[in-house]
Amino acid sequence: MSGTFLGTPAFPTAARAALEDSQLRRNLAHATATIRTKRGGVVGEVDEWEQLRLAGEAIKNRVLRHLPRYLEQLERSLTAAGATVHWARDAAEANAIVVDIARRHETDEVVKVKSMATQEIELNDALEAAGIHAWETDLAELIVQLGDDLPSHILVPAIHRNRAEIREIFLREMSRAGRPAPADLTDEPKQLAAAARAHLREKFLRAKVAVSGANFAVAETGTLTVVESEGNGRMCLTLPEVLVSVVGIEKVLPTFADLDVMLQLLPRSSTGERMNPYTSTWTGVTPGDGPQEVHVVLLDNGRTDVLADPTGRQALRCIRCSACLNVCPVYERTGGHAYGSVYPGPIGAILTPQLRGVGSDPQTDSLPYASSLCGACFEVCPVRIDIPEVLVHLRSEVVEAHQQASRVPSVQDMAMKAASWTLSSSARTGAAEKAAGWGGRLAARIGRTAPGGRNVLGAIPGGPAGAWSDSRDVPVPAAESFRQWWERTDGGHRDDGGAGNANGNDGGNGDRR
Amino acid sequence: MPRVGLMVTCLNDALFPDTGKAVVTLLRRLGVEVEFPAAQTCCGQPMVNTGYVADAVPLVRNHLDAFAGCDAIIAPSGSCAGSVRHQHGMVAERSGDPGLVRGVENAPPTYELTEYLVDVLGTTDVGAYFPHRVTYHPTCHSLRMLGVGDRPARLLRAVRGLTLLDLPGDAECCGFGGTFAVKNAETSIAMGNDKARHVRETGAEVLVAGDNSCLMHIGGLLSRQRSGVRVMHLAEILASTEPVITGRAERAADPTSVGSATPEAGTAPREQETVR
Repeated sequence: MSGTFLGTPAFPTAARAALEDSQLRRNLAHATATIRTKRGGVVGEVDEWEQLRLAGEAIKNRVLRHLPRYLEQLERSLTAAGATVHWARDAAEANAIVVDIARRHETDEVVKVKSMATQEIELNDALEAAGIHAWETDLAELIVQLGDDLPSHILVPAIHRNRAEIREIFLREMSRAGRPAPADLTDEPKQLAAAARAHLREKFLRAKVAVSGANFAVAETGTLTVVESEGNGRMCLTLPEVLVSVVGIEKVLPTFADLDVMLQLLPRSSTGERMNPYTSTWTGVTPGDGPQEVHVVLLDNGRTDVLADPTGRQALRCIRCSACLNVCPVYERTGGHAYGSVYPGPIGAILTPQLRGVGSDPQTDSLPYASSLCGACFEVCPVRIDIPEVLVHLRSEVVEAHQQASRVPSVQDMAMKAASWTLSSSARTGAAEKAAGWGGRLAARIGRTAPGGRNVLGAIPGGPAGAWSDSRDVPVPAAESFRQWWERTDGGHRDDGGAGNANGNDGGNGDRR
Repeated sequence: MPRVGLMVTCLNDALFPDTGKAVVTLLRRLGVEVEFPAAQTCCGQPMVNTGYVADAVPLVRNHLDAFAGCDAIIAPSGSCAGSVRHQHGMVAERSGDPGLVRGVENAPPTYELTEYLVDVLGTTDVGAYFPHRVTYHPTCHSLRMLGVGDRPARLLRAVRGLTLLDLPGDAECCGFGGTFAVKNAETSIAMGNDKARHVRETGAEVLVAGDNSCLMHIGGLLSRQRSGVRVMHLAEILASTEPVITGRAERAADPTSVGSATPEAGTAPREQETVR
């Protein structure tokens, strides 16, 4: 696994690798089930949880409705507090700004607070290319970075790894990046944490420049916020001389009071805690305390395009809690890498195609289909993003993009057209059902009888039928459709006569009285 | 008397007609005169969920025409009832046809079967008899899109002779998901296999749900595994009644008999090759 998602195959193919990795599936099932249970417990304690969700949704909607106004206010507040504000249209601009700041301070290394925005723009690669080492200090990010791996979860990027694997990575790789792991390291969590602590402490004390993201940026006061569990972020935010924060433009909140709602929603949804252990807030520069040079890079990178779509824009409400990943049955089986993006799971399936642009490549276009539309994600989302609605919306965009790009209709296009034509008339539907019934009677001769007396077919080679029947028996169409039965018996008022059963393929006929 | 239209759903029409017959039997027993508007076809959900919203427009139009004049629509499917309630508006909106938008707005209310029984008829005991160990899978669209809650469980608990067994991880999706089952077949099967395993863990003879689509998927896996567990739509269980004593030998001999299962025929697992 290299340090980039570029070249990840489309979701169904990428998922196959994960499905075949039984260790990965065990790790994922255990971890997501644990977080799900914790979340359920602490959310259940809050009587007004639904009101909090509505409040969170309303705050973020207000932000999105008046985004330019709040961003300008944020810039004014930050500048007044002694910070320098930069605007970055895309990843390249944002990376260039950070590289430039690091270079001006003549440093060849920066320490990093866990940040999805900097993952999104692949800042570490850009810094590396400029000869600057970027050290991740979040424990899970450190594991991913040392293992030359990719993150597979928003909150727990190394969720796909177990303790034994982490021990191996530490023993093998820590010396390459700094202080080595003790030779007698075991896979006890306490020992693993101690090795990471000793390794990271050197970096905190040495680094001149730190890079962070922000969970929230308050327009009214110019205050940035980072919430975390380990305190490693706070070390980065307070020890170095220079702090650069890369902040997605949707992270802005109107007022400091809005943090009241958000800081109740986020930890409970995210780590399943009532409150996260460390919440850091900083407002520009405080003379003699903390970094004396503070930069904020406000990042667009596709966000204004998302904002332009009335249905899709709700994805910008996301506060990166990852609750949707932890409840998603698809994520639980496939893990994060299959999504080919730093944003995996249900939110990744709607955010990534919007940020990249639907129709840009087959991998991106496979993401809106990487869901069974079960709706569990919407149910847990603390800011009520209707992820299934956006998924369906994006599917129609994918279909349109393909139809515009190619004048030759796809097999799927033709199948849907044909189905629409058949199903928009009851006469045509009835005729198709009759044909299926004949087919069913033929098929029944080669099928077998399932419990309940119904005929089923086993594996059928090739095509969509093959994809279905590879592991599932296929029900044989009924010899007599419901509409035929209704017509023949006048809705059951005339004697049934058991005509359905005469064909040997009608799995029982309800209550015959 | 109110005109109640049965929306049998296209899957039930072609593959599972017994479910439709069971709904008719059940509603008549409860004093509801049910009509089957023959012009109905499909609600359009397969097109919408695959991204072909424009191809769903003629289906929505047909649905509105077919059920015009009904006072209420009942569907034995959480998924299709959910599609009518939550997707038809969007399809009409996108069609740019104000007439279709008005049509959707003025359409008769659509109920999933258990909603109609509990909320409209105000009953949980429908006089059913089904002497079997049963476990219930709350399908995602019933559970989350419609929020039918414990209505199905209340109906099942009132069925005489029925033992309702808790299904571990019941609220988790079975992995059907319409075209998801084909487009992402391997993930779908992985999800379905976990569901099938949970079903087998309960020791139930019958898996019941309010959607034959999900049951087709889970049932297809259970059948391939030769599990001996059969799947049934909730309506078929609610339509089952205590057998009339006369003609009992004839019924017991009928291997396809579902609704009128005698205790003798019913309590023994039907499939001989049961593997546990």
